[in-house]
Amino acid sequence: MIARAAVALGAVAAVSAPLWVANPYHLHVLIMAGIFTILALSLNLLLGYTGQLSLGHAAFFGIGAYTSALLALRLSWSFWLALPAAALASGLAGWAIGRLALKLRGAYFVLVTISFAGVISLVSINWMDLTNGPLGLPGVPPPTLGPWTLRTKTAYWYLVLAGAALTYLVCHRLVTSRIGRALVALRDNEPLAESVGIDGTRYLVLAAVISAAMAGVAGSLYAHYTRFVSPEVFLFSYTVTMVIMVIAGGQGTLAGPVVGALLFTALPEALREAVAWQWQMLAYGVVLVLFVFFLPRGLVPALNDVRRRAAPSRPPLQ
Amino acid sequence: MEQLLQHLVNGLVLGGTYALLGIGLTLIFGLMSVVNFAHGEFYTLGAYAAFAALALAGLPFFAALLAAIAAGALLGALCERALLRPLRGHSIDTIMLVMIGVWIAMQNAELLAWGGVARSIPHPFPTAPLTLGPLNIAPLRLFVVLTAAALIGLAWLLIQKTRLGTAMRATFQDRDTAALMGVPIGRIHTLTFAFGAALAAAAGALLGPVFLAYPSMGDLASLKAFSVVILGGLGNLAGATLGGLLLGVAEELGAGYVSSGYRDAVGFVAIILVLLFRPAGLFARAERIG
Amino acid sequence: MLVVEDLQVEFGGVLALAGVSFSVEPGTITSLIGPNGAGKTTAFNAITGYLRPTRGRVAWQGEPIAGRRPCEIARRGVVRTFQRTSVFPTLSVFDNVRTGLHLRGTAGVWSILGRMPRVSAEERRLAAAADEILTFVGLAHRRDERAGELPYGEQRLVELAVALAARPRLLLLDEPAAGMTGAEKDRLVALIRKIRGDDVTVLVVEHDMRLVMGISQTVIVLNHGRVIAEGAPAEMRAHPEVIRAYLGSSDAPA
Repeated sequence: MIARAAVALGAVAAVSAPLWVANPYHLHVLIMAGIFTILALSLNLLLGYTGQLSLGHAAFFGIGAYTSALLALRLSWSFWLALPAAALASGLAGWAIGRLALKLRGAYFVLVTISFAGVISLVSINWMDLTNGPLGLPGVPPPTLGPWTLRTKTAYWYLVLAGAALTYLVCHRLVTSRIGRALVALRDNEPLAESVGIDGTRYLVLAAVISAAMAGVAGSLYAHYTRFVSPEVFLFSYTVTMVIMVIAGGQGTLAGPVVGALLFTALPEALREAVAWQWQMLAYGVVLVLFVFFLPRGLVPALNDVRRRAAPSRPPLQ
Repeated sequence: MEQLLQHLVNGLVLGGTYALLGIGLTLIFGLMSVVNFAHGEFYTLGAYAAFAALALAGLPFFAALLAAIAAGALLGALCERALLRPLRGHSIDTIMLVMIGVWIAMQNAELLAWGGVARSIPHPFPTAPLTLGPLNIAPLRLFVVLTAAALIGLAWLLIQKTRLGTAMRATFQDRDTAALMGVPIGRIHTLTFAFGAALAAAAGALLGPVFLAYPSMGDLASLKAFSVVILGGLGNLAGATLGGLLLGVAEELGAGYVSSGYRDAVGFVAIILVLLFRPAGLFARAERIG
Repeated sequence: MLVVEDLQVEFGGVLALAGVSFSVEPGTITSLIGPNGAGKTTAFNAITGYLRPTRGRVAWQGEPIAGRRPCEIARRGVVRTFQRTSVFPTLSVFDNVRTGLHLRGTAGVWSILGRMPRVSAEERRLAAAADEILTFVGLAHRRDERAGELPYGEQRLVELAVALAARPRLLLLDEPAAGMTGAEKDRLVALIRKIRGDDVTVLVVEHDMRLVMGISQTVIVLNHGRVIAEGAPAEMRAHPEVIRAYLGSSDAPA
């Protein structure tokens, strides 16, 4: 009951945000939180539901950003076409990683994802003709909707909100479906899952593709918001932030990444005045270690556990 | 032809330090099964320790090297005792995440301590290159490769010939039997990790003066260390040595003949290709330590 | 009908299975027995795709399955349980069984994302089927509890329910009675008989001789990776080879 009320309140607050958020900088923070929510949800699909950690997720984010920016800048594509194209490009990369991961698990998968991200990053720096190298791509056009241009923060906030809501919906439908059950089964007990006909290869690749495509969407949204894309999108700190959001928020739940994204976008901003960015990143490292020791499944599952113990009869996993 | 030889020599200089990194990590990852994503941070620590010793305390070069090794060993031991021992028996993923946390924390601590501007580490060697036949080599680089070779030799001796080394190999081959034979398992774990970290720090102290010291230098070092370990096979000392040299040479040749912008990609591509096609490493038939 | 021909599995120089041949008649309960290390679980692993045989053929209903992946073999109706209890620990008992029903669903990504009505209909069907299976094995009262938190004997029932959900035509049970109390074993025997009544062929690996002799039409005896005897239960009790095999090891037939 409390959870549902909180969600409803949150939804109302989100939709009405531009009305009561006075400082445009704070609205900017909210927009970034929205983009990170999409990223966290995408990483969670892989980490929380299949149990595979991808530390190269920034690569999918970056591929989406660059694809969208390049299509808009060089071929004058509309944002509404560039976005799905970005998702497609990232999804394709996700497919490649998924197929690579067939034989590999755990630490080896992580290493392959990092290496992949490293190669993509180097390509973006060195392939000057395509990406303009370290100088980046300035002047990415904002989205247009009929006669309007979504240039203001308010307009973009609604776009990002829609994107985040859509991503959440996709995740929810997947996770509560037969496919979601297959993913969880593969994570919890792969031999058993295979013994009842669940094809591990197929579902891992599927999860990787969808996860990457969603990160690509986030990239596209980012590109048309900041209107500048450079190899900095491949910065490891983006991946780190995503990972913290998922781990601290709660892997394997849907609310977890959302909570994590909000927390770890809002927190740095709130502390911005008081604490330098390097101290925050240092704190992130410590926080990660602490969570692994004390709250390995993250905040939301821990809260769920508390609730479960308080009220023993609950409906089955939906 | 001279160019080729020159590249080879440069490759061996780099490769020697990569071998140090790789040997350290193959002990930690291969024997202890700890996915040490913070390995590069010990490398960075070594570089900054050397910087502090040389630029701030004005110590001679050897002392700086020893300081770096000591720093690496101490912090490594601390890490193992405080973080890894309580988690022993947990899944490899949990340990991986903890080491990622250590990675982030250490890197940003370096950033806070030393600032983001790259530091040049002073060294006592003349800058004029020595000429040996058709080859030129800077005295510093010659020193680096010789010291690396010496350290590699010492590492081999320790692992293969001393009682400590035997105890290490025993612990990771069959823990229970080793424990029954009176091997202090906990201490061996701490010492192994400390040793691996010390080697990484040594690599940092050696390469730091050749290039520059900056807080994120460890990221690439970590990945190259993993690359070497994967090339050589987990826990394979000879493999790590050869793998390190191979990587160094491949990078130099790639940078020289293909493109210098992509030199770091060699390590990445090596990881991907080896894991796909020869997951046991290139030298799979060579003897494992553990 | 399951036909195993000259099945061989080698691990680093050791022949875990040294050329095993037998067949299992459809609609029967057949037991695979033998001392520890005889190769029973290895045979299961090789038949169900968890091990690749170094030599030999396995055919199910005329189709070769040796060397295929476990999920493909399951799709052909061959399902196994595991020696050490194997459930999805964090899921509820109901969800464990629903996962086992995976192959009975056909909803693909796009219909799921689009929330097509046939998906909801299918989910309802699957939920009903899961409840049916829970009632069949007698776990309906544990429906919403976490599988990992159940007592051992009931976890083994969950395991059985999950295997049944996958609609096997051939069910391989690896030591299903291990660790069970007498009462639990009786319940298990009744269940196995009910399963066979549904026209499912059952192949059981077991150490409990009373159970084995009680339910099997055929008993196959393995030792050192070979079949040393095959026949009706009564014959096996008196078979000199079988007795020698067991006397030579620590577990004698009860």
